[in-house]
Amino acid sequence: MKFVNIVETIKKNIVHQSTHHHADTFKSKVEEATGVNISHCYQCGKCTAGCPLNEEMDIMPNQILRMLQAEMPGHEEKILSSLAIWLCLGCDTCYSRCPQEVLLSKVMDFLRQESIRQKKVNPKAKDILKFHQAFLNSIKMNGKLHEVGLTIDYKLRSLNLMQDVMLAPSMAAKGKLAIFPHKVQNTKAIAEIFRKVSEDSHE
Amino acid sequence: MRIGYYPGCSLEGSSKEYNDSLFAVAERCGITLETIKDWNCCGASAAHNLNHDLALSLPARSLALAASQGFAEMVVPCAACYSRLAGTQNEISNNVAVKTKIEGFIDLKLSAEVKILTVFEFLQKYIFPVADQYIIKKLDQKAACYYGCLYTRPKEIAAVEQIENPMEMDDAMAKAGATPIDWAFKTECCGAGLSVSRTDIVAKLSGRIIEDAVDRGAESIVVACPMCHMNLDMRRPEIKRQLKKELDIPVLFITQALGLSMGIPAFNLGLDKHYVSTDEVINCLAEKEA
Repeated sequence: MKFVNIVETIKKNIVHQSTHHHADTFKSKVEEATGVNISHCYQCGKCTAGCPLNEEMDIMPNQILRMLQAEMPGHEEKILSSLAIWLCLGCDTCYSRCPQEVLLSKVMDFLRQESIRQKKVNPKAKDILKFHQAFLNSIKMNGKLHEVGLTIDYKLRSLNLMQDVMLAPSMAAKGKLAIFPHKVQNTKAIAEIFRKVSEDSHE
Repeated sequence: MRIGYYPGCSLEGSSKEYNDSLFAVAERCGITLETIKDWNCCGASAAHNLNHDLALSLPARSLALAASQGFAEMVVPCAACYSRLAGTQNEISNNVAVKTKIEGFIDLKLSAEVKILTVFEFLQKYIFPVADQYIIKKLDQKAACYYGCLYTRPKEIAAVEQIENPMEMDDAMAKAGATPIDWAFKTECCGAGLSVSRTDIVAKLSGRIIEDAVDRGAESIVVACPMCHMNLDMRRPEIKRQLKKELDIPVLFITQALGLSMGIPAFNLGLDKHYVSTDEVINCLAEKEA
């Protein structure tokens, strides 16, 4: 009787651990959101070898996958506050060379979104984020990207006021600067898309 | 059959010459392109970096509009727009739940699938069958055809036959009379979306591309993407500083090169809009041997 009890307890523990394991770890969260199976990576390192930005990154692409696999305390924080996830250009060189077909660029997209949500964005990545935000803001307002508006918006956000200032006169002379935005006719439809998507992501 | 056209934001602004040269070539060959009414931005890298649902919804709206306007196919000359539109189509067609969700966001039905044509497919299907009679000059020079990331990866939506060594533009340049060269940086990344926020990285990545093309004897680089063009052409001062070298190799859009071989005036192809002078390309135009 005693032995059976012990077996039952162990069984319960295992079941508890595995369901607990599945629901709560950062790895499972990434897998659920992206549909990418992180366990498929066997650390051959081809992603890092081919990455055009490997020398700029603070954590290598294969290390990010390994840290997700290992599920040690502190790994989530370390990944989400890394510069690497913001430097990733989404060029998909890693994915085309991965023998296990791990779609790392999709994982990176999720990690960036999660990094913003948890307010963990690396200070060195602030300008990159501000550029993306200014870009999206331009689309939200006009339905199309307005390059002049984007540049001004980005300068104000990043305070890199003088950057590329010298390009403006030559671009204007070449007819490459539209001072006023090209807008979609149905700006309301675009605003609605932004509103619905934003509402949905806050649910 | 009516052919739809999705210009994308760059082609209305910083890469106007790509738009103008595409239209000039199409017009010369008697092909009419019809712009999708009320198309919107594809979201580019900003949307997929920040919000996945937005990254699918923005392209989905334009796809739904194209279908509802009766287009069976749509030419998308920008590599980034192509990547976002084709990627969205791919994700939606493989997942009904995602499709329904996105239809809710855009308040439009994603019923018929519009075939997206890259500039390569457009040339292949509509221009090359008739091009021989219009190509009257020989673009007599060595050209490095640069494809970058977005036409070659991910493989599910690759717009080229061989992703490690694409040949679509090389074949087109051979038709224009040029000699396409074999080189190592055909599908490397130029730095794309970091052009403004990390210009230093772009100078480094784009610098390597230019250096290899020059080392292997290329006299021009040919591209089919506004971002690649901007980084290789407009960012040349930063690249020169990075490489500590004077490299004045011009960067042309594939449609500009083809246009020149068709005898279309350089001005109509927007060759005056580049930062690095394209005079040497124009000067190398020779009469085509009979």
